[in-house]
Amino acid sequence: MAVFTRGFGGRRPEPERPLPPGQHLTQDFPVLSTGPTPNVDASRWELTVRTESGTEHRWDRAALQALPAEDVTVDIHCVTRWSKHDTHWRGVPVDAFFEDVETAADFVVAHSYGGYTTNLPLDDLLDGRAWVVFEYEGEPLAPVHGGPVRLLVPHLYFWKSAKWLRGLVLHEHDEPGFWEQNGYHLYGDPWSEQRYS
Amino acid sequence: MSLWHVAQVVAVERLTASARALTLSVPGFVEAVAGQHVDLRLTAPDGYQAVRAYSLARVGRDEVVEIAVDRIPGGEVSGFLVDDAQVGDRMEVRGPLGGFFVWRPDDVGPVQLVAGGSGVVPLAAMVRSRAAAGSPAPFRLLCSVRTRADAFWADELSSSPGVETTWVYTREVPPGVTRPAGRLSADDVAAHVLAPGESPRVFVCGPTGFVEAAAALLLDAGHDPDLVRTERFGGA
Repeated sequence: MAVFTRGFGGRRPEPERPLPPGQHLTQDFPVLSTGPTPNVDASRWELTVRTESGTEHRWDRAALQALPAEDVTVDIHCVTRWSKHDTHWRGVPVDAFFEDVETAADFVVAHSYGGYTTNLPLDDLLDGRAWVVFEYEGEPLAPVHGGPVRLLVPHLYFWKSAKWLRGLVLHEHDEPGFWEQNGYHLYGDPWSEQRYS
Repeated sequence: MSLWHVAQVVAVERLTASARALTLSVPGFVEAVAGQHVDLRLTAPDGYQAVRAYSLARVGRDEVVEIAVDRIPGGEVSGFLVDDAQVGDRMEVRGPLGGFFVWRPDDVGPVQLVAGGSGVVPLAAMVRSRAAAGSPAPFRLLCSVRTRADAFWADELSSSPGVETTWVYTREVPPGVTRPAGRLSADDVAAHVLAPGESPRVFVCGPTGFVEAAAALLLDAGHDPDLVRTERFGGA
């Protein structure tokens, strides 16, 4: 049964391509964080990939910049219902960080400076579907948007694209991250509207 | 948990030139906690739908949802809710939502609330929840607004027993206020915020720019980042 709202027409700016259900386009870039923006010193930034057996692989800023970066243009979708078309990022495909990693694990927990975590299937980070990014719209990534370095997983709701990225930890089982323990969906596909658990 | 409840507007109240409070009757809506929000869904006659999130302004009454909406320039939902919605209008509500930016009455530790503009809404819910429960938790509320006329519930929030409330004005100062108009400063934090040594839980809500600035001032003053929770709206 539909419930119509008297007098509501909606301005409905016509998107040039479909949006996931329940989303609307925004022109600015809303910020959602659970706490203060962490102060991450870019010169001391490190990314660690840790396997289920405890083996660690590390990259610092120089090592990150030595990897082949690419420019990425993607649409992003936040669980709080805004979407943004054609955002421009520069970063390294996550595949590059797994070239020498021996693992049989199927799941990853991304860890942020400041303590945030979010879980993803490893497959969703590979095959050119996810990036470790350090530029947004041609500028160094601002701290408020996750700088110096964040994860970019545009095919999932944006809470999966962890800001202030510091680690990717492999797990044999899916371990819920911060929002996933606080009512959000384990996977978070915007096209299936997997907002809440 | 994808349950939409039918909601009917039962009261509207003008808060400022750009904002209104709306009270909705929502059968099936229960057990909200101060700080939580709802998704509100409007459906046009041709089936077009728009959904936005709004913080609850008051909790504690089941099947009642109270929100306050500030009009955003060009906002298709906020404009309707502030200018057009009438008693009797129907819409849909999902929630309560959010389990992190919340204060529960059984938490008796000190609490510092910091609001920018309409960011006072979920913090007002915390003040009201504290009053309704008769909680002894020490509360302070620091509100930044453009002018006196932009303040939501100024008299009520300034007179809640046991809550020390301070207003700072960014554009225009009312008569009798000595602090000049200006953005929240380190001096304001030093003068009006609970000391870091008391380990208050801090809730900061407002536009992104305000929250970024306020959270930075709090960390500079020595507050533990793990005790500072933030809720932001709008872009950066």
